[in-house]
Amino acid sequence: MSRWEVKIAGFGGQGIILAGYLLGKAAAVYDRRHATMVQSYGPEARGSACNSQVIIADEPIYYPYLTEPDVLIAMSQEAYARFAPEVKPGGLVLIERDLVAPDAGRLRDEGPGEDTVRLYALPATKIAEELGHRIVANIVMLGFLCALAPIVSPSGMREAVRSSLPKSAIELNLMAFEAGYERGRLSRSADDRV
Amino acid sequence: MKRGPAVLTGVHFINGDVACAEGALAAGCRFFAGYPITPATEIAERMAERLPEVGGTFIQMEDEIASISAVLGASWAGVKAMTATSGPGFSLMMENLGFGYMTETPCVIVNVQRGGPSTGLPTLVGQGDMMQARWGSHGDYETIALAPSSAQEMFDLTIAAFNLSEKYRLPVLIMSDAVIGHITERVIIPPEEEIPIVNRKRFTGPRETYLPYLPEDDLVPPMVAAGEGYRVYITGLTHDERGYPSTSPDAQERLVRRLAEKVRRNARDIIRLEERGMEDADVVLVAYGISARVAYRAMELARAAGRRVGWLRLITVWPFPEERLRELAARVRAFIVPELNLGQIAREVERCAAGRALTIPVLRPGGAVHDPREILAAIEEASHV
Repeated sequence: MSRWEVKIAGFGGQGIILAGYLLGKAAAVYDRRHATMVQSYGPEARGSACNSQVIIADEPIYYPYLTEPDVLIAMSQEAYARFAPEVKPGGLVLIERDLVAPDAGRLRDEGPGEDTVRLYALPATKIAEELGHRIVANIVMLGFLCALAPIVSPSGMREAVRSSLPKSAIELNLMAFEAGYERGRLSRSADDRV
Repeated sequence: MKRGPAVLTGVHFINGDVACAEGALAAGCRFFAGYPITPATEIAERMAERLPEVGGTFIQMEDEIASISAVLGASWAGVKAMTATSGPGFSLMMENLGFGYMTETPCVIVNVQRGGPSTGLPTLVGQGDMMQARWGSHGDYETIALAPSSAQEMFDLTIAAFNLSEKYRLPVLIMSDAVIGHITERVIIPPEEEIPIVNRKRFTGPRETYLPYLPEDDLVPPMVAAGEGYRVYITGLTHDERGYPSTSPDAQERLVRRLAEKVRRNARDIIRLEERGMEDADVVLVAYGISARVAYRAMELARAAGRRVGWLRLITVWPFPEERLRELAARVRAFIVPELNLGQIAREVERCAAGRALTIPVLRPGGAVHDPREILAAIEEASHV
């Protein structure tokens, strides 16, 4: 696909903005495509509902806001409730399993097969805690995303992590990425949709 | 102290404010004085981090009046200097901005616009300072103002702003907005040797022959720096070629006309526009900053519906591209001007159209960008008149 619209949403403090930044950076700097991110700013980025909007495309991106997201990563119930209905038919919704209860009827389901919105759940926070710190749940989700949709290359994501984070945090974040990526690969081959 | 390169050649994913700071450094800016204000703070933040790495000076001042004063002083010391602010700070800078035009002091002032008036909407977008940029300081003068539409242009146009300010010896304004300041995008920084740099004309002749305000053929006088040994008198009063106050109608006529003419005569060198779909257009969208990108989406929607719509993006807003607008007014049906204010650039468009084409403003007072469909509705309206 030549254009991806991705919304990452949750609470301030979950690394929502950083996740959007890393995704955009992987695309723009390492995959050499166009990428644009607009984000919540101010108090909302530091506590309450928070989101980042990323567009990745082969062509220059003029209008920088999402019109119909291809992908939603929901890290809170509120984010899921608010944004899941916007996701394009045939799109992808990834939820933090322990923070989001996906109530039926939220997703657009315009017929069988390719038009259904695909929903995958991952206990990203729990996986992150097992790796050493819950703070990397956002990177676990990025790994999960990378395996489930060809938005950016996994190598680009790894480079983005290496070049953006403090030295002491790189190893843990790369482990988080790999853990999420592996879970995504398994989910994909098992067609493990919710 | 940690040293770093002035030009960060490579591909980056950075926001518009950071790109602006990097553009300034690449242009040779080595002095920044400012007071933090949303949504321009990241420019100061980046400059505070980066200027010491390249041997420059960053000062956080007590307010914006002091900030622009320090910038003007730094320029007279021979250093390329910049400040960055938003609406409330821009208002405070107005008196000394005029001092900058009167004393022909090269420098760059960035305004990352938010919703106003007053403290307005600190974190949300606006484009309400466009006329203030043109007329905000008292008296008659011409200015140069550029309006970036992307993080890449925050880099590119900051370099262009420094080059224009050095070439024509005046404060150059970058009229950005909160969305473009905070948008994070791919920014390509070229190798240092590929970045064209303009430096102010220097006077190097004998001290006794130096006249600080004696213009050359291009109407721009060569400059010296404080400490080089030349006798320089700098005043905001109307002055003669020596720089001495001369409060006569004759001196006023010569000086004030020249200050305007050095910009007007070079309008073609200064003005940059970007156009799409103009070949067959009968309706033309005229926009700048973030609104130009929203308008582009409206053009795509309208073209898909069979409308013959053109898109004109003002990269240079002041001096206003009168010549191009007049040409277009003679052959198009209407101009549509979406902007995040209650009608500022729309007035300029209407003035140039002079009744030969309709001007349809699509206005929002700031806080959020347009929905492209609002602009599309105006295109439909224009197509049916």
